Amino acid sequence: MEKLIHLTLRVWRQSGPDRPGRFHDYQSGPVATSLSLLELLDLVNERLTLNGEEPIAFDHDCREGTCGACGAMVDGLAHGPKAETTLCQLHLRDLADGGLVVIEPFRAWAFPLIKDLVVDRSALDRIMAAGGYVSVDTGGAPEANVIPIPQPDADQALAAASCIGCGACVASCPHASAMLFVGGKVSQLACLPQGQPERARRVLAMVAAADREGFGACGNHRECEAACPKRLSLRHLARMNREYLSAR
Amino acid sequence: MTTMPNAGLPNAPLPEIWARFQETSPLLSPANRAKRTILVVGTGLAGSSAAATLAEQGYRVKVFCLQDSPRRAHSVAAQGGINAAKNYKNDGDSVFRLFHDTIKGGDFRAREANVYRLAQLSNAIIDHCVAQGIPFTREYGGYLANRSFGGAQVSRTFYTKGQTGQQLLLGSYGALLRQTAGGRLSLHPRTEMLDLVVVDNRVRGIVVRHLLSGQVEAHAGDAVVLATGGYANLYCLSTNARSGNVTALWRAYRRGAWFANPCFVQIHPTCLPAQGSQQSKLTLMSESLRNDGRVWVPKAAGDRRRAPDIPEDARDYFLEARYPAFGNLVPRDVASRQIKEQCDLGLGIDGGRTVYLDLEDAIRAQGLTAIRRKYGNLLDMYQRLTGDDPANEPMRIYPAAHYSMGGLWVDYSLMSNLSGLFVLGEANFSDHGANRLGASALMQGLADGYFILPNTLGPYLAQAGPNPIDARHDSFRSSQEEVNAQLGRLLRIRGSRTAADLHRELGLMLWDHCGIVRSEAGLRAALAKLPRLREEFWGNLMVPGVGVDLNQALELAGRVADFLECGELVVQDALHRRESCGCHLREESRTEDHEPRRRDEGYAYVAAWEYRGQGQAPGLHREPLAFTLVTPGQRSYR
Ligand SMILES: Cc1cc2nc3c(=O)[nH]c(=O)nc-3n(C[C@H](O)[C@H](O)[C@H](O)COP(=O)(O)OP(=O)(O)OC[C@H]3O[C@@H](n4cnc5c(N)ncnc54)[C@H](O)[C@@H]3O)c2cc1C
Ligand code: SF4
Ligand code: FES
Repeated sequence: MEKLIHLTLRVWRQSGPDRPGRFHDYQSGPVATSLSLLELLDLVNERLTLNGEEPIAFDHDCREGTCGACGAMVDGLAHGPKAETTLCQLHLRDLADGGLVVIEPFRAWAFPLIKDLVVDRSALDRIMAAGGYVSVDTGGAPEANVIPIPQPDADQALAAASCIGCGACVASCPHASAMLFVGGKVSQLACLPQGQPERARRVLAMVAAADREGFGACGNHRECEAACPKRLSLRHLARMNREYLSAR
Repeated sequence: MTTMPNAGLPNAPLPEIWARFQETSPLLSPANRAKRTILVVGTGLAGSSAAATLAEQGYRVKVFCLQDSPRRAHSVAAQGGINAAKNYKNDGDSVFRLFHDTIKGGDFRAREANVYRLAQLSNAIIDHCVAQGIPFTREYGGYLANRSFGGAQVSRTFYTKGQTGQQLLLGSYGALLRQTAGGRLSLHPRTEMLDLVVVDNRVRGIVVRHLLSGQVEAHAGDAVVLATGGYANLYCLSTNARSGNVTALWRAYRRGAWFANPCFVQIHPTCLPAQGSQQSKLTLMSESLRNDGRVWVPKAAGDRRRAPDIPEDARDYFLEARYPAFGNLVPRDVASRQIKEQCDLGLGIDGGRTVYLDLEDAIRAQGLTAIRRKYGNLLDMYQRLTGDDPANEPMRIYPAAHYSMGGLWVDYSLMSNLSGLFVLGEANFSDHGANRLGASALMQGLADGYFILPNTLGPYLAQAGPNPIDARHDSFRSSQEEVNAQLGRLLRIRGSRTAADLHRELGLMLWDHCGIVRSEAGLRAALAKLPRLREEFWGNLMVPGVGVDLNQALELAGRVADFLECGELVVQDALHRRESCGCHLREESRTEDHEPRRRDEGYAYVAAWEYRGQGQAPGLHREPLAFTLVTPGQRSYR
């Protein structure tokens, strides 16, 4: 039958960007290990609500690891201790019974805190706006099979494109670098014929945008790859570096 | 009953209607487009593709969404694929066949001309998405791969491994962001539309609440486009994202937009079952698993042995037994219904609401490696979510609410009965009738956004002229006041139940009385319960905090308030439709061998409901459905 455990959640509470923040402890009481950590936060929030207290604010939406909305540091690790897992996919069975679970927001200069665990990741959209696309207007596209694309190139492009924009790479990087995120998009389009005409412009513009937004430079710590829930390979980052050097 | 507005169809044979429409419609000059502001609500496939394309055409566009980034709209979660009539497989596919399958799949409750156009546009979508650099899965030779999906007899589904929705959305999101650089398009994320402003039967703009500051603001525009997705979260637990809501549609309905076929909500058979009251999501397991998985329950109620200990002769493979021709591959509605019936008879696993989906025989016959090659990512997902390995123990599944075929009524231009209000994607009712085929929602969202609206909006604006009313007009002020008053009311109740709790109660009640199987008695019971639940909500709700910063409980409360009203319309629509149709079985309408009976004599129409005021019964408009290229037949899978 259902296994029950007990956890102490130590959660960062901060009512607004300019307000002081601090940790607050919450006892889970006996809870089923089949719950996800976010479902436990839902439960804690319902209890807080009924006590007339402010629930813990956190971003989330799909609850199945695809939208990239969720994210927090759990025991110091972006999205928690389980590999290739978003925060919403982290379950209580992945945590130790009786333990303390420390939950903090993603911290990076380019991700200003909004409230509790919610941060502003719109900088990632602005990097994408600088060049994360092929400039093609609707209407003029040629027949889809006109350009065959070797299967390995297509597979590479897809692997690079699987980024969900969660920001865990940034949060886990000592320099708060967004280069794995940028590398995914640059690498995807560099692998494909459709990406060629804007290849040089794209990488320069996206890297410049990341600098402008205050993300750090890559220091080769490789934390990003380990934290990435989609396991984006550092190969993509390396390809982006090559693209950048040859574009300059 | 009042008369139906014309659906706006040019008089031409079905295959020529769209071309005729484009050839004969007035155009809006590029200079005039630059003077028109279009408000697009929603950034899923439908909204982002529409917004990007309209900005490319030179309109000024404002785009609104709930999430912090447009890329997070729930389109991102679609795994299976997108249909197109390319016939790359040389297996007899064509525009006509895609049209025919979609109309038939919808059980003859969709408008023929819209569906035909959808099939015609399907190929251009793939062309455009490939040009955007979307990394579709390819064959060894480098050409695009296709698979058969959802029981289709042809292979017409394009896909990117298990991430089709995500990749298509990143394409339209990129196109959207590209337009922000040109300054014609502005993004308003973390913003919720809470009212539609209508003056003299023409839409003038919207009232929104900024979710971080709580600020309620007005935006005027020459047209409003709703692409706010589906409302399956009416049932509380569903395969949809947590933010899924009916609010935008409901507020538009209350301002006069008609709601069509609200009771048509698809229930997907293979989802993770609910465990306990705290579960937040019924994750969809792709139905491709039914190609190799066998669905079964123990023959004896109360057989609590573990699955591997239950011998073959004590297992009931009920789909195979009842539908030998199709077996486990019966359509979604048939599978969902049968699974529910087994569980209602107490035959579910451990007496509960779940059945087995078992790969054991397939693994024995084909080897684990072959099975993993086909379904590896799904098996991993299942294990990640449940902690169980499907290679050792069968998966447990149960049906869940998944997709709303119903939505706001639209004409051939995708305009609602209100001038200037366009509705796209899952939010409209138009193409899927009473049931949607797999891989056709992505196709519809992108057809609506990339190709249809950009060709129907200009003709509308050319005729309607600019909107002379700006956001300082009294009508905006009074709407803002109403929105603020409702928010204040929600915050002041200070009762003892959370919105989440009341939402669960609503969802369970609707699931029981207005789910897969419906009956006169059950629907009437729901109608009796709904007003009491609404009273409980408005009398005993607890929303903490204030309205002037991020308050997620307040957001949810507003959405649940609308679900509570919408639920009543859904039940009323279900009650009035005394036929079994598409994904729903009506107890009173069965054939001799207990299968669903559709009743074309009485119900071959679209039911479009009109709001008549608080506490008043809604008005019903019937759009008759005529079929010229297909002949409605009874579906049979026996
Ligand atoms: C798990 C799952 C798998 C699926 N798989 C497939 C598949 O394989 N193939 C297929 O064809 N279909 C599939 N579907 C269906 C398909 O994904 C959806 O029908 C489709 O993506 C809906 O797109 P949309 O643009 O209409 O809405 P959505 O993508 O849902 O976007 C809605 C947008 O509206 C915004 N919004 C909502 N309300 C408001 C408001 N009040 N104010 C402001 N903004 C608002 C949201 O923020 C969001 O941006 C699947 C659906 C699910 C749930
Ligand atoms: S690269 Fe990985 S960690 Fe970084 S945003 Fe993308 S998915 Fe998240
Ligand atoms: S909630 Fe969507 S990835 Fe976690």
